[in-house]
Amino acid sequence: MEALLTEGGTILAAFWMTVRLAAVSALGSLVLGTLLTAMRVAPLASLRATATVYVTVARNTPLTLVLLFTGLGIGANLGLELSDDIATNNFWLAVIGLTAYTSAFVCEALRSGLNTVPVGQAEAARSLGLGFVRTLALITLPQAFRAVVAPLGSILIALTKNTTIALVVGVAEASVRMRELIETYGDQVIEIFLGFAAGFVLLCLPMGLLFGWLSKRMAVAR
Amino acid sequence: MTFANLYERPGPRGVRRNRVLTVLVAAALLAVAYVVYVRFDEKDQWAAEKWTPLLRGDVWATFILPGLAGTLAAAVAGVVLAALFGLLFAVARLSEHRWIRVPAAVVVEFFRSVPLLLLIFFAFFGSYVLIGVNISAFAAVVFGLTLYNGSVIAEIVRAGVLSLPKGQREAAYAVGMRKGQAMRLVLLPQAVKAMLPALISQFVVLLKDSALGLIVGYDELVDRGLNGIAANFSNVIPAAVLIAAIFILINLALDRLAHRLGASSTARAPRVRSR
Repeated sequence: MEALLTEGGTILAAFWMTVRLAAVSALGSLVLGTLLTAMRVAPLASLRATATVYVTVARNTPLTLVLLFTGLGIGANLGLELSDDIATNNFWLAVIGLTAYTSAFVCEALRSGLNTVPVGQAEAARSLGLGFVRTLALITLPQAFRAVVAPLGSILIALTKNTTIALVVGVAEASVRMRELIETYGDQVIEIFLGFAAGFVLLCLPMGLLFGWLSKRMAVAR
Repeated sequence: MTFANLYERPGPRGVRRNRVLTVLVAAALLAVAYVVYVRFDEKDQWAAEKWTPLLRGDVWATFILPGLAGTLAAAVAGVVLAALFGLLFAVARLSEHRWIRVPAAVVVEFFRSVPLLLLIFFAFFGSYVLIGVNISAFAAVVFGLTLYNGSVIAEIVRAGVLSLPKGQREAAYAVGMRKGQAMRLVLLPQAVKAMLPALISQFVVLLKDSALGLIVGYDELVDRGLNGIAANFSNVIPAAVLIAAIFILINLALDRLAHRLGASSTARAPRVRSR
């Protein structure tokens, strides 16, 4: 317990990084995922094909490879600089990688949500003279979102756990700190592990409960 | 699934507009591709000597094939052990005895909410203190894959058993089977069959997760490909493209298998040909 107590401040700082990574990437994935969903159901074959290829590639590539590619390929090789500060730059590179990966899963969830919206909804919207974009944005997507609150919650929880892999682009989040602590306080491995595990349980459990509750509240009565 | 009901079938003007938009989309994609091309070109990533190594037999023999073998070894060991773990804990969570059910639930929920990387670190860096020997990176990876994916598989199998009609269990009891027999001979086989697509999706996750091994120095495909090939030929981009392609092909094959199995298990009810 000693290690956890004396290092409490740095552990909290590491978890704060985890939370920030997860929050920013979640926001990004939601936006990009929605855009991808719209592309996948668009009247234009070229848009559909682009989104389909993207989602297939992103879903089937290991996140480790995605993040290494953003770090080594886009960061080091292409020299994309998002900030003068290395830590901030790495943070944003990790956000790009996590967003690119997670948005594919958001897209899959939303698309299955669109399946739950009765055909009549879109037909009614069209009969009012709404075009594709407005049918999607005003009528079908809002209902799809409400149908997939629970799966989106699971995706967000997975994203939170996935932020640990950001260490491959040099972001000092919880897993990095845990490794350092195990190396320093070798005799307290179990306590350190349980402490960090508890941190993630504390992060993810309320999320699961919140999204479970939300999904019941938001469900569309049919 | 088509979503054609989201828009009107375009008339002559719509067709023309769509054609223009298609050209614009293609132009935008080409523009993006061009920018990427130019940026990579500045770093010489398109130079032939960066790509030709990927065609050389010795590069495959020293990096790609051993890496692939490492990935598959970890994945296969992980799948087998995770499946055993999952079956065991699914049955335990369905037990009628509280003292089995509750601890099993705690174990499953715990390992499901801890990031896999932390489990791997715990096993890899903590093994000496815990059991007096340093375990290999392979063992640490398989340890993590087993506990994490095993817990998810336990939940999938449990959901499968719960989804079975109540009559299945009752019928098993009626012909004189004991609880264990009913579970083993009647409920589990049906649950696993019904859940095969979900199980295979989880195997895809497991295969992708095995790439975490490189963080503790396990020689798997991403490590051999990116750190091995790229270090020798400084061709990060071509190497990453090849490695990604291998993963995508394997996973798509598994995906297709899942679809096929899914199609056959939904066809379980006798199909009446209507004409």
